[in-house]
Amino acid sequence: MPVRHLLGLADMPAAAINEFLENALPMKQIISRDIKKVPTLRGKTVVTLFYEPSTRTRMSFELAAKYLSADTVNVSASASSMAKGESLADTARTVAALGADLVVLRHPSAGAPHLLARMVDVPVVNAGDGMHEHPTQALLDLFTLRERRPDLEGLKLVIIGDLLHSRVARSNIWCLPRFGVDVHLVAPPTLVPAGLAALGVTVHDRPEDALPGAGAVMVLRLQRERQQEGLIPDVREYARLYALNGERMALARPDAYVMHPGPMNRGIEIAPDVADGACALITDQVTNGVAVRMAVLYLLMLGRGD
Amino acid sequence: MGHPGFREKATILDRDGIRRALTRIAHEIIEKNQGVQNLALIGIRRRGVPLALRLAEKIGQIEGAQVPVGFLDITLYRDDLTRLGPQPQLSRTEVPFPVTDRTVILVDDVLYTGRTVRAALDAIMDLGRPRAIQLAALIDRGHRELPIRADYVGKNVPTSSREIISVQLEDTDGQEQVVIQETG
Repeated sequence: MPVRHLLGLADMPAAAINEFLENALPMKQIISRDIKKVPTLRGKTVVTLFYEPSTRTRMSFELAAKYLSADTVNVSASASSMAKGESLADTARTVAALGADLVVLRHPSAGAPHLLARMVDVPVVNAGDGMHEHPTQALLDLFTLRERRPDLEGLKLVIIGDLLHSRVARSNIWCLPRFGVDVHLVAPPTLVPAGLAALGVTVHDRPEDALPGAGAVMVLRLQRERQQEGLIPDVREYARLYALNGERMALARPDAYVMHPGPMNRGIEIAPDVADGACALITDQVTNGVAVRMAVLYLLMLGRGD
Repeated sequence: MGHPGFREKATILDRDGIRRALTRIAHEIIEKNQGVQNLALIGIRRRGVPLALRLAEKIGQIEGAQVPVGFLDITLYRDDLTRLGPQPQLSRTEVPFPVTDRTVILVDDVLYTGRTVRAALDAIMDLGRPRAIQLAALIDRGHRELPIRADYVGKNVPTSSREIISVQLEDTDGQEQVVIQETG
């Protein structure tokens, strides 16, 4: 059953997730060559619609499209200037008029890509919708982990940071346990959304409680723009209690991987020496992000069985 | 082992026939290139892969020298991807040597329209700049749609377009034969 859109991982069968990852392997070979281009999507157009600022995700999708020889059109819009319903209707018309073959949407409202998928006749990829999902990030995290450890069964992964606002965490929480990863979460109680434990993960208040035995630690960016609601006392206190530093890393396994979806606030949620340490997979995540997105574009745009 | 809706019409090569054809091609490759200096074999997935490995082994036996072997997945270079049904699963390209300045022998099981070979040529060119590329096919069944011809052919088999050639190898299919099948 071919997947038509990539809107989220919550309802995606493990077989479909595996298909994305398996096709990312040959894509990674392409981006390591001198000539980083194949003619596969020649004549196709990918439209990236970003209603929120993003450099790395947009660049990653754009490079993925270009490496497959697709043309790209970038549309940036300010969410504040448009009412949500209107904006998506307008967007759908724009997309149709541009002759897009696939749309990548980042939107501050959860569910926006689902709405767009119903309005346009082309595949839609969710590049982050509000505090809901960021499926390609979770796919690239899974790909990066499996590259180092093909069998993830029993791997203890600790995710530290602002769980409340993190779509990256949500997609990973939905995805990783299905592949045998034992997911532990750490955040100040004010940054933990309700109902997490029901998803088969363990929630802790203090990093010190979660880190012993961890084989991988994923640090989330402290979204300072979202901390105006007084959910943490201040950034320095957060850094003192939750930053992944050398001392805390020493509690995890000696070979534990360090991951971060970027961009990093060095010295706040992660100490520079940990971010640059031998076990850090952060630059691998960036490279793998392009490979995974190439696989997503390939599978959604070509040979759909409908 | 045949394709659904097709019936077997004749066996073109049996196990010994395949072996002899590959032995002859191995000799021809050595003769044409005056040895194996700077030679490499690249098999097109899937059945070009075991054929390339066997040719390398035979060349090694004859010349006493190892020829590097690579494998090529040409899916991303096909010109008919949008016409296919469910998307073909990609395989890895494994060419663990630089192709630049080498003479590359491209190996496939059946040469038909020439479109697979065209895709393979593009794929190899993206890996580097070979000194020359030669083509070896176990079966040439004609019906070319592009100006491509093989340098080494195991057997020429004139076919009608209603027929298909099925190459079955121990490594991929559990038996060794080449059969011609037709609809009906």
